[in-house]
Amino acid sequence: MGLKVLSIVESAYRATIEEQDDTILWTSTALRGAGANVDVLLRGNAVNYGVKGQDASGLQFGERKQTHPPQLEDDLQRLMDLGAKVYVTTDDVAERGLERNDLIGGLEPISRSGMAKLCGNYDQIWHW
Amino acid sequence: MSDKKTITFALMDPPYENARCTTALRLINIAAQRGYDVNVFAYEGAVGLPFTKQSPHPNAVHGHDADEEDHPLPHEWIEAMAKTANANGGNLDWINCGLCVDERGVHEALDFVRRGSPADLWKWAEASDNTLVIPTK
Amino acid sequence: MASYLLIESRDPFESNDVASVYELAAGLIQEGNEVTVFLVQNGVLPARRSAKSQPLTGLAQIGAEVLADDFSLRERGIKLERLAEGIGASALDTVIDHLANGSKVIWH
Repeated sequence: MGLKVLSIVESAYRATIEEQDDTILWTSTALRGAGANVDVLLRGNAVNYGVKGQDASGLQFGERKQTHPPQLEDDLQRLMDLGAKVYVTTDDVAERGLERNDLIGGLEPISRSGMAKLCGNYDQIWHW
Repeated sequence: MSDKKTITFALMDPPYENARCTTALRLINIAAQRGYDVNVFAYEGAVGLPFTKQSPHPNAVHGHDADEEDHPLPHEWIEAMAKTANANGGNLDWINCGLCVDERGVHEALDFVRRGSPADLWKWAEASDNTLVIPTK
Repeated sequence: MASYLLIESRDPFESNDVASVYELAAGLIQEGNEVTVFLVQNGVLPARRSAKSQPLTGLAQIGAEVLADDFSLRERGIKLERLAEGIGASALDTVIDHLANGSKVIWH
């Protein structure tokens, strides 16, 4: 059986405007597209990526408008459509005043205390 | 049985901004001294590490001219580590994420550095004994 | 049972997330794994005995090996005799050893 990796995304909204995406969700999607067996865990502030209704549109610098602002919910959905499991840590969700129905569907909840067991399901853990 | 290992690193930080680059280079150095095969996938700002247009400068606060200051240039450290790896029977291979290079305009890199993509990281990860991702903050 | 190396480069004085790494270490031990916590960069700051050292001492007491990068300690003037109980100094080679031996290595 091939390599199985859990990618942990914790840092959030880091250069997402300039990059027009989250670079780790992007990498994970590219890896999935290349046949990699990679799943994603959103923890810390990155749980906010699952929030419905994020809107980063409308930025303009001089006459230069940003035409493709990041659409992180869509990026997560794209990742899930490629077969990746996307986990979200429930403790971090609750601490940030979020409820389950604030988030897009399809995310798999995992408690912080469940992370140790989750790590056991993967050959390597890549914390970005 | 050979003690030689293959280790892959994924780096994200640009030079001169935080301590993670230094630790990453220290780790690569240890592996090079052991004669391991070391693969480095440089992502985002880390593509600036092997940029050959880094140049030294004097430091008036230290009271040094450029020669005296002998300011570290990461591309020189990387070049030196590649030689160390070879001298010990190993190899240092380095791929810069191509899109990250384009965004940052850091096209001039050490001769042995090539462009690539996340697919290269995965190929290396599958073929290595282990992979360490050193994240940015 | 697997071997884990958790590299902690951040410190609890600046980052709330460090607690989650200590928590993960404890969880992995409870799951029956071998766990080494390796402090590097500012991650060694709580290694100097203080109120913030207690979680690290606690991890050592439940079976984790807790190590601090000797260079990072020296860089910050943290003398060995000031290390909190259960924390030892170690060369960065430990990280390469773990990678070479196939441990699951996680950098925070």
